[in-house]
Amino acid sequence: MRDSTEAHGPRGSEEHPWDLVVEPEARLFDLRLRELWHYRDLLWLFVRRDLVAVYKQTVLGPLWFLLQPLLTTIVFTVIFAGVARLPTNDAPPMLFYLAGAVPWNYFAACLQRISNTFIQNAGIFGKVYFPRMVVPVSVVLSTLIQFLIQMLLFACIWAWYLLAGKQVHPQWLLIPLLTPVLLLLMGALGLGSGILVSALTTKYRDFTFLVSFGVQLLMYATPVIYPLSMVSPRWKWLVELNPMTAPVEAFRAIYLGGTVPWTALGMSVVVTLLLLLIGTVIFNRVERTFMDTV
Amino acid sequence: MSVVISVENIGKLYRLGETGTGSLVHDVNRWWHRLRGREDPYRKVGITNDRTRAAVASDYVWALRDVSFEVNHGEVLGIIGRNGAGKSTLLKLLSRVTAPTTGRIRARGRIASLLEVGTGFHPELTGRENIFLNGAILGMRRAEIASKLDEIVAFSGCAAYLDTPVKRYSSGMVVRLGFSVAAYLEAEILIVDEVLAVGDSEFQKRCLGKMHDVARDGRTVLLVSHNMGVMANLCRHALLLEQGTVSLQAEARDVIGKYLAGGNRQSGESAWDEQAAPGSAVARLCRVRLSSDGQSASDFVLSRPIDVEVEYENLRDGAELAVSIHLLDRIGNCILATANLPSAVLGTDEWGHRPHPTGRFRSVCRIPAHFLNSEEYSLSAFVVSGATSIEAEADHCVSFRVHDDGEMRREYSGQWIGMIRPRLEWNSRRMAPGQ
Repeated sequence: MRDSTEAHGPRGSEEHPWDLVVEPEARLFDLRLRELWHYRDLLWLFVRRDLVAVYKQTVLGPLWFLLQPLLTTIVFTVIFAGVARLPTNDAPPMLFYLAGAVPWNYFAACLQRISNTFIQNAGIFGKVYFPRMVVPVSVVLSTLIQFLIQMLLFACIWAWYLLAGKQVHPQWLLIPLLTPVLLLLMGALGLGSGILVSALTTKYRDFTFLVSFGVQLLMYATPVIYPLSMVSPRWKWLVELNPMTAPVEAFRAIYLGGTVPWTALGMSVVVTLLLLLIGTVIFNRVERTFMDTV
Repeated sequence: MSVVISVENIGKLYRLGETGTGSLVHDVNRWWHRLRGREDPYRKVGITNDRTRAAVASDYVWALRDVSFEVNHGEVLGIIGRNGAGKSTLLKLLSRVTAPTTGRIRARGRIASLLEVGTGFHPELTGRENIFLNGAILGMRRAEIASKLDEIVAFSGCAAYLDTPVKRYSSGMVVRLGFSVAAYLEAEILIVDEVLAVGDSEFQKRCLGKMHDVARDGRTVLLVSHNMGVMANLCRHALLLEQGTVSLQAEARDVIGKYLAGGNRQSGESAWDEQAAPGSAVARLCRVRLSSDGQSASDFVLSRPIDVEVEYENLRDGAELAVSIHLLDRIGNCILATANLPSAVLGTDEWGHRPHPTGRFRSVCRIPAHFLNSEEYSLSAFVVSGATSIEAEADHCVSFRVHDDGEMRREYSGQWIGMIRPRLEWNSRRMAPGQ
C-alpha cells in the first residue's frame, strides 16, 4: 500500500495491480509485518499516549512507576519474610522480592492490558482501519519502558546491597547476555497470551473475569514470593510447567546468585513460541470481524 | 476512466439478538460443518434486511446481499438509502472496519475513511498531541502531519488552545480539530459518512467547501448523507440501497428522485368510508390526497407544486359549502389557513361558498413550488357551511415532507431556517456617491 500513489492517474487500470483486496477468509499465518512497519509512527504515538496520559493530572507523575513495585516489595517483605518467614535462598528479602516482582509485573501488566485490546479500543476500531496488532505491540513497548524504569530502581537497591557486602552473588557474565533474552521472552509471552485472550474476549466476556483473577492466581504458581528450591519435588514439575517460572528464576539467579534453570528456560521458549503462533492466528481471524460481536 | 474501487457480490450476515450460550452452540455447529467441508448452515437461513418485519424465524439477517458496483477514478459517488438499508454496513466493509461474509472488494490507492471526526482523540492529551495521534490513526506518517501542522491548526481555528488538553475543549472545538486533520488527509479515496451533519452551519459550510475542493482535485469520494440537497450538489452519480441490495446506480438526480418517490413513511392520503367519515348531517369528508404532477406521494421537492385534493359529499341540497385547509408544521403550529371563499382565492372557484346540490365534489388547492421549506408538514381539512360553521373536520389527516433538490442551493448550503422559503423578488441598485 505504500507505493499506492503510483497506481493512479490516467495510465489505466489494466497494468496496475490492486493495492487492496478484501476477501471473507483471512490467510492464517499472515503477520503483515510490512503493514505494521508502515504504521510505526502510530505505534510510537500509542506508546507515548499510554505513558503520558496515565499520569497526567497526578502530582507524583512518573514516580508512580517506581512507587508501585517499591510498595509491593515492602508489603511482601513484611508479610512473607517478616510474618510468614518464607525462605529467600539467603538473599536479602527486600532484593529477593523486588527481583521477583519487577519481572512478574512486566508480564502481568502486558497480559492484562493486552487482553483488553479489542474491548477498550472498540470505539477506534469501529471507525478506522489500521493493523490491529499495533495496539498489543504498543502495549508491550510501553510496558517495557515502565519495566526499564523499575529496573533502574532495582539496580540502585541491588548496587547498594552489593556495596554493603550483603549476600549477593551476581553472575557477571550472564547479566548482559541473559537480561535482554529474558526481556524478550517475557514480552513475547505476555503478547502471545494477551492477544489470545483478547481475541477470545470479543465474543465471550467470560475471559475478562478469568484473566483478572487468573493473573493473581498465576503469581502464586510462579516463584515470586518464594524460591523454586522451596517447592517439594512432587509439585516442582507443575510449577516448572508455568512458562513464567523459568524467566523469574533465571532473572533472580543472574542478579542475586543461584543456578539458571536452563531446561525450564528452553521449555518456556517453546511454550512462548507456540502461544505466539496460536495467538496470532486467532487474533488475525478475530480482528476482521470482531466489530460484529464486541 | 480507470476503476479504483471494485465491489463484487459482497454480502454481510449479522446475527440478531444477544450473544450468549446460544451463540456458543451455533459456533460449535458452524465449526463442525466447516470441518467436514460443508457450507455454513446459518447462511442459508439468513433473511433479507427488512426491519419493518419483526421477529422472523431466523436469527440471522443479511445486512447486505449481492452488492456489486464499481467506482471510477475521480468520481464522487453518493450512497443513498433509508435508515437500515445497509449504508453504514457498506461503508464499514469498504473502510475495512469489518470483513464481508461473501464477495470481494478491491481498491487502488490509499483509502481513508471518515466515519467519524476525531477518532481516537484522547481527552488527556493536548490538541497538538491529538493532531498527531488522530492523523496517524487515519494512516498519515508523522512527517506528513508535521509538514501540514500549521495549515491544520489554521483551518481548525484552535491555535490558542493547541497545548491545552482536549478534555477542556468545547464539543464544537473537538469537532473542528477532528475535521481539520481529516481535511488534510492525502488519501486517493475518501469515504465520508454524515460528517456534514455535525457542527454549526458555518462549520458545515466549510466542510462542504472542502468537499468541493476534494472532488475538484480529482480524488475519489464516497459520500453518505441524508441531506439530498448536498447529495444533488456534490455527486454526479449515486447508488440507492434498499433492504441491503443495490436497487439503482445512476445519475444522482434520478437516484434521488427514486429515493424520494419511494417514501411512504408519511401518509399522503386519507380516505374514509361512509361510517367512519368525519362529518355532520350537512356534509362529510371522503378523501384527502396529496399529489405532485398527478402522482400521489408524501415526499415532494421544493421545485414542484403540491396539489391538495379534498373530496367531500354534500348531503343537504342547497348548502353553501366551502373547503378549508390548515397547513401545520411538525409540532402542530398553524403556518397558514386557506379556504375557497370567493374573496380569498386566486382566480375563481366554481363551487366555493356557492349552493351545492347533493353529491360528491372535489376541490384542489395548489401549493406553489418554491414556497415551502425543506421540512415536515401536516394538513388538517375542513368542510364549512355558510363560511362559519364547521361541518366536517379531519385533523392531521395527511402528512408529508418537502425535500431540498439543490435548486436554491447553488450558493448557500447551510441550514435554511424558517417554515416557508418562498422565492421573492429582489432588486438592488448601486447608489451614486453622496446620495
